[in-house]
Amino acid sequence: MKTPIYLDNHATTQMDKRVLSAMLPYFTEYFGNAASRNHEFGWVAEQAVDKARKQIADLIGASPKEIIFTSGATESNNLAIKGVAEMYAEKGNHIITAATEHKAVLDTCKKLEKHGYRITYLPLKGDGLIDLEMLKDSFTDKTILVTIMYANNEIGVIQPIAEIGKMCRERGVLFHTDGVQAIGKVPVNVNTDNIDIMSITAHKLYGPKGVGALYVRRKSPRVQLTAQMDGGGHERGMRSGTLNVPGIVGLGEACAIAQREMPEEMVRLRGLRDRLKSKLEAGLDEVFINGSMEHRLPHNLNMSFLYVEGESLLMGINDVAVSSGSACTSATLEPSYVLKALGLGDDLAHSSIRFGIGRFNTEEEIDYVADKMIDVVSKLRELSPLYEMVREGIDLSTVQWAAH
Amino acid sequence: MAYSDKVLDHYNHPRNVGSLDKSSADVGTGMVGAPECGDVMKLQIKVNDANGIIEDAKFKTFGCGSAIASSSLATEWLKGKTVDEALQIKNTDIVNELSLPPVKIHCSVLAEDAIKAAISDYRTKQASKTAPVPAQTVA
Repeated sequence: MKTPIYLDNHATTQMDKRVLSAMLPYFTEYFGNAASRNHEFGWVAEQAVDKARKQIADLIGASPKEIIFTSGATESNNLAIKGVAEMYAEKGNHIITAATEHKAVLDTCKKLEKHGYRITYLPLKGDGLIDLEMLKDSFTDKTILVTIMYANNEIGVIQPIAEIGKMCRERGVLFHTDGVQAIGKVPVNVNTDNIDIMSITAHKLYGPKGVGALYVRRKSPRVQLTAQMDGGGHERGMRSGTLNVPGIVGLGEACAIAQREMPEEMVRLRGLRDRLKSKLEAGLDEVFINGSMEHRLPHNLNMSFLYVEGESLLMGINDVAVSSGSACTSATLEPSYVLKALGLGDDLAHSSIRFGIGRFNTEEEIDYVADKMIDVVSKLRELSPLYEMVREGIDLSTVQWAAH
Repeated sequence: MAYSDKVLDHYNHPRNVGSLDKSSADVGTGMVGAPECGDVMKLQIKVNDANGIIEDAKFKTFGCGSAIASSSLATEWLKGKTVDEALQIKNTDIVNELSLPPVKIHCSVLAEDAIKAAISDYRTKQASKTAPVPAQTVA
């Protein structure tokens, strides 16, 4: 077993060697511009792009013509939200989203607010799920878009996407979902899930960084987006710029592999995740699972280890790559806004660790991580005045803290 | 973030972890920080009544590695000092000794606050010992 062990697969994934092999010829041998219509070099590149478009479409139940290539999910989210906002401005100016969305969605919405759009940020239930009744009550006759992520990047909670999509469809409102954490990991189908627009990125599913796509529905309803970059009018005029052919080939291959292997991989990763969870629960008291276990990605575990601070925990497991919702590990010195949106106190957010299990993790690694976690948490609790107080029977919520 | 060797050393081998009897008249306890802020330090000193020298110091800290290291270092420095000397320890001394980056300066501030709180608690206890008040009740 090699260390460090990578268990941060919600941040990015290791590229699958099969993906790399598919990409390599398109850097040197087949270097043509897919938009060159008058020679062999262009045709070969275009064929490769078309193949990838079909591989992506197949994975999500779409038609190849509905796939728009981008540089990644941040661009896809921007294009989807701003593109709809601009295109449908005459119809309305209201967008509904959720408090736990990725910053690429939240900050895009905030930008639109400055330009006169009205945004509803739905709160989450304690288990991380959207309250559908609250969503229903949030629609107005000015609502043009609902944007809710398929699965959350921190807690892995999967939203009731089909129901949300249905509500939108009934009201003639477009539905966009940031699908990056779910696509290739769990079955996603734009038709049964009633999705109109969906953001995709390659590097979360064992593909290369810097390439993504946007699914844009062509029929019932036909979605139109205002392009956010001006140029050569590529990708049905929605996204100008020479196509990143090797990257696109990689995204396509990653989708094809995911589609073939998903049924088996889901079971295997869920097994590893559940093994990690039960080992940690057996070895430690006072642990707390963040977010619904039932509606959750099979490869995600987000746990708070009470009375232990996340960054010090990461220091103790320095040969394991995971992330924490602790403020000390973030650039802003604020604890995870996702965990706070679940109603968790800051203290629980500070104590949280996110495990993202991936294709290349083994049972041996999971066992090593579980043992190491138990060891380090126990050691840090010996150091923790909070754990001591709780042991003495003191209710921490009644203590007057000298906040600083 | 890269940690300095000294922070890592204190994190891996924290000095003087533990608790002293907080009800004892010669023990001063300082508890600073809050769980919501991500760090709580408990620092205790045991003072020799005869010569005013800090004989023992213990800490427990909930916080990041730099917070643990700052409080661990503080207990090392406190031992053998008089209470007045201990009050001279500045957070900047801790920053320098541990090579803390700017984002971790608050850890050293917290450690200085904990020292001051422990001494203040000790002095309060001493004052009430000499004053004609009923025997101290233990919380």
